[in-house]
Amino acid sequence: MPKVTIDGKSIEVEEGTTILNAARQIGGELVPPAMCYYSTLKGSGGKCRTCLVKVTKGSDRDPRPMPKLMASCQTMVMDGMEVASATDESVTNARAAVTEFLLINHPLDCPICDQAGECHLQDLAFEHGKSNTRFEFERRTFEKIDIGPYIKLHMTRCIMCWRCVYTAQQLTPERVHGIIGRGDHAEISTYIEKSVESEFSGNVIDVCPVGALTDRTFRFKSRVWFLNPMDAHRDCPTCSGKAVVWMYGGDIYRVTARKDKYGEVHDFICNTCRFEKKDKNDWIVEGPRAIDQHSVISQNHYDQGSITVV
Amino acid sequence: MTFWERIYLPAILGGLWTTLKHFLKTLFGKASTVRYPDEKREFAPVYRGWHVLKRDDQGRENCTACGLCAVACPAEAITMEAAERQKGEENLYREEKYAAVYEINMLRCIFCGLCEEACPKEAIFLTDRLVPSDYVRQNFIFGKELLVEGVEPEKRIDVSKRQKHVTEAR
Repeated sequence: MPKVTIDGKSIEVEEGTTILNAARQIGGELVPPAMCYYSTLKGSGGKCRTCLVKVTKGSDRDPRPMPKLMASCQTMVMDGMEVASATDESVTNARAAVTEFLLINHPLDCPICDQAGECHLQDLAFEHGKSNTRFEFERRTFEKIDIGPYIKLHMTRCIMCWRCVYTAQQLTPERVHGIIGRGDHAEISTYIEKSVESEFSGNVIDVCPVGALTDRTFRFKSRVWFLNPMDAHRDCPTCSGKAVVWMYGGDIYRVTARKDKYGEVHDFICNTCRFEKKDKNDWIVEGPRAIDQHSVISQNHYDQGSITVV
Repeated sequence: MTFWERIYLPAILGGLWTTLKHFLKTLFGKASTVRYPDEKREFAPVYRGWHVLKRDDQGRENCTACGLCAVACPAEAITMEAAERQKGEENLYREEKYAAVYEINMLRCIFCGLCEEACPKEAIFLTDRLVPSDYVRQNFIFGKELLVEGVEPEKRIDVSKRQKHVTEAR
């Protein structure tokens, strides 16, 4: 098995593992951020370039360093490879530059956006971003589109990660939406504003790293940090039925799938669970979900479960 | 106790002399009180009292119900409910989301000013107005009718000093 060293920490991983996944197996601060790679979606990754790392030694057989920074979600490990991630200044500079690029057209309307508080772009910008912009041109804007009765597409916030496209391709029988146009003109779209009607279409909301795809049934209802996330399950004929219900008092404000600490969903849930089961009696609540204590979601929550470190 | 201490007279005279000193000072010198309703003491520029929710130049409410003041509030005095701006309400609210309900519990509030530091929209400020007293607890929950400033120029509340202070604190 190839042995790779990332930021001085060594691990042996399976043949064909990417640097990003090897770093995740080690864990900690050396894990590169990822905006487009999604472990449960085949073919994802390689779009956003926030996971750049420096390969200082290619392998034992060819110890030359790789000439450019590599996207760690696409680069496979080699035996004896040495990688610099969070410790290298050129890497952190590159990530800051990528963050600046991602924010070029982003409207920064976080006070309005329903994703605020659980947005990966917010976290990335908080860690790597600058407080001012150098972009002097007009930002591109779009009208908001309702994709069906449940999903709102706010294309202005999109960072073109392709995750929702892969979700629609891999979870649903027919391809319903994709990216049209190229470069600066690229946009997520359905075919002539056709609604997305598949039973698993709601999962595009969970995979979206920003607030481009949001839940219409939760639109402006509350802020995520006012709600208490609870693990819950129900007997569902279509999906696993394992979800997180976001409660305030005794009411369920919204239902999402369970995300791991990298924000990735392993058990996708169906639209019935997500949008239509908002009565407390529909769910068997297991208890408070463990939320990272540095997350804004755990602010002002004093119950033990929600302040455990993941 | 000695004899002089036991008769108490020197202590009594000493106390009377203190009272007389203050009496003479008030009679001939400057009084240390002010005649309150007619005359008001100047507040320190950092004084933090009754909150105001500001409107912009066009009279639209600045607050977009983002909830940052409520999460910053150490006393958990602020609660809010958001609503979506409808067509035709563009002159009332600046952003597409606004606070339909915005309440501050003035009995819980400790007037620390963290809400104005957290506000990304320059919507909430603490002013030099005193929160009036009341007999009923319910009346201390201030809703939007007591917090949002008026649209008319004479009903606007000047927060320029406070604004400067908050900007410097950031």
